[in-house]
Amino acid sequence: MPQFKVRVEVTHREGIADPAGATIERALPALGFDGISGVHVGKSIRFTIEAPDEAAARGEIEEMCKRFLTNPVIEDFAVEMVG
Amino acid sequence: MAGRIGVVVFPGSNCEHDAVEAITALGGNADLVWHREASVTGFDGIIVPGGFAHGDYLRPGAIARFSPVMAAVTEFARAGGPVIGICNGFQVLTEAGLLPGALQKNAGLKFLCKDVDLEVVTTDSALTGEAHKGQVLRVPINHFEGNYTCDDRTLEQLRDDDRIVVRYVDNPNGSMGDIAGICNEGRNVVGLMPHPERAYDALLGSADGAVLLRSFLTAAAVANV
Repeated sequence: MPQFKVRVEVTHREGIADPAGATIERALPALGFDGISGVHVGKSIRFTIEAPDEAAARGEIEEMCKRFLTNPVIEDFAVEMVG
Repeated sequence: MAGRIGVVVFPGSNCEHDAVEAITALGGNADLVWHREASVTGFDGIIVPGGFAHGDYLRPGAIARFSPVMAAVTEFARAGGPVIGICNGFQVLTEAGLLPGALQKNAGLKFLCKDVDLEVVTTDSALTGEAHKGQVLRVPINHFEGNYTCDDRTLEQLRDDDRIVVRYVDNPNGSMGDIAGICNEGRNVVGLMPHPERAYDALLGSADGAVLLRSFLTAAAVANV
């Protein structure tokens, strides 16, 4: 069965406060990094999945993300096939 | 007659003995229930205590909700049995879908460990039946992820249905609507971030949490599950 390398990026849903991102954004100017905005902190989850084809893999990954890897109340996800 | 309370223990729970002590001191009976138990038969009320269930890996409560005991707790809750989730237990109940919304990192990104004032917003819940509306209780908080978050529609619904159970007088963590605790539609499932089991006797600095746990014991005594 083919294997797919996957990266899932978990981010805060739009409109949900991201206190870690906000803190980093406030800290950057103190170190001389000016002009930076829109800092968001998320999670990156990597794994390998076996599936008959890419469409089947994506279906399975989506289900995993919705049921377990993210909390849909506060988080969004993006799936990337990396190999 | 005092009800028999089951206190769920996950790997990483750390407030289960406090909960048992508090319930016992208030005249109830409490037993620990290991998370691999598939049944909570024989209990009249369930406490999901604080701690770091399954290390809080991925998200607080994300893995705990798949523990076998949670299927039993869900069934118990659906049948009307009183269930309270304290701190990490609140997080577990939201992840399990027994309560709406989610708890995310505190607004100030600080782990908060201090006494706070809570206002009792409704007395129509398994945790507040013997309190008074508007009563202010001094109870400790001890959390990093206590910032209650939900969509606007859910918040509106919680308000309209009088399901905000306790509210912070001075919001410490950024929670929407100053929410410290909420209940489900049936009012038998309550989750709150503060720790009433650490404030059941003046010797602990405050006995204000006792009225909440006594209310829960009463709810358990009359529950017919």
